[in-house]
Amino acid sequence: MDAAIIDSGGANLASLQFAFERLGARTRVTADAREIAAAPRVVLPGVGSATDAMERLHGSAIASLLPSLTQPVLGICLGMQLLFERSEEGSTPCLGILRGQVRRLRAAPGRPVPHMGWNRLETWKADPLLAGIAPGAYFYFVHGYAVPAGELTVAPVEYGEPLSAVVRQGNFWGVQFHPERSAASGARLLGNFLGL
Amino acid sequence: MRDGRVVKGVRFRDHQVVGEILELAARYRDEGADELVFYDITASPEGRSVDRDWVRRVARVLDIPFCVAGGIRSVGDAEAVLNAGAEKVSVNSPALADPSLIDRLSRRFGSQCVVLGIDSRLTEQGYRAFQLTGDPGRARESGRDVFEWVREAQERGAGEIVLNCMGSDGVRRGYDIEQLRAVRAICQVPLVASGGAGEIAHFAAVFSEGGVDAALAASVFHSGAIAIADLKRELRSAGIEVRL
Repeated sequence: MDAAIIDSGGANLASLQFAFERLGARTRVTADAREIAAAPRVVLPGVGSATDAMERLHGSAIASLLPSLTQPVLGICLGMQLLFERSEEGSTPCLGILRGQVRRLRAAPGRPVPHMGWNRLETWKADPLLAGIAPGAYFYFVHGYAVPAGELTVAPVEYGEPLSAVVRQGNFWGVQFHPERSAASGARLLGNFLGL
Repeated sequence: MRDGRVVKGVRFRDHQVVGEILELAARYRDEGADELVFYDITASPEGRSVDRDWVRRVARVLDIPFCVAGGIRSVGDAEAVLNAGAEKVSVNSPALADPSLIDRLSRRFGSQCVVLGIDSRLTEQGYRAFQLTGDPGRARESGRDVFEWVREAQERGAGEIVLNCMGSDGVRRGYDIEQLRAVRAICQVPLVASGGAGEIAHFAAVFSEGGVDAALAASVFHSGAIAIADLKRELRSAGIEVRL
């Protein structure tokens, strides 16, 4: 197995599995804490609400396991947000692995919320997750909450204000966009993750 | 989609088969489409949910987002489609019949997964939402004003509105910019224009004058009249930001 995909109860695990399958990688969708602990890499996906997802992670003992993991961990979209301390979505306490808060995006003229669409990453701190990706590459975002850009931000994305598109602290990475639905640049990023 | 194949009609009638699902999905992926929408037009009139087997097959080959519409009446129906690999579900007739469906879907999956499709036509009472439009014999006016429906749906948690202007659908004379602009003024979630694209200038106009976030088209792409790569290059040179 190349990576464990945590079954946090949200839907849409299939698209992530298929993306890894296209890269020739073997993944397992699991909520089993021992299996996750033993995996070479761990992906925390998430579609749904922060409150629901945290309830499920607590219910399956994964919430207490995750902060202790030492292998590469990749949080995707809501999965990235869950790595932080707290989300405004239902004022939910999250995993607290990364310092920072998840904020609700606010709509403005010309800037609808949820934020949906293809946005470019222009600049970033050198990181193996983004190796070989050209500045200006497009990634697909679909989210109503976000982490404002800060210390842990590797790559920002502008949507009214600078938001975290990619974050990292040690072996924990998070991406706000969906690499599994971001065409060639997303496939490259997932391939990079498999090489970590 | 009808009976497992891709079809396209004119003003919601006389649908012709235009191709096999997987072939078309792969073709549009390779040509640079940003998102695909699959409408199972027979699902609601026949009282059944979309056949989910093709959703998984499509999800396997696509590396861009896609949305599935057709007969999604419950959280369970939506969950099956999302679990099979779709990013979003789009509801139309079932939401008109029971608007609380929008609340339930957005609570369970988040509003970013929940698209409201509206089939709109100008009547003597103004713009009205129509339902069961997949079957010309059963299509009917829903009794709802389009603007009130757009407002209500956003309050209930719809995360995107696809406004399909029935008067211009399939006839390639341009999007209904007047109607789209009026809806834009009251729509804080992404608004997608649908119905009427015939030439590249129509796309440029709906972005610059209609203020929409995305434009959906079918006929011109299925027939090959417009190549997606040409369209995107021209939009970019017109100053509209698109992914190339």
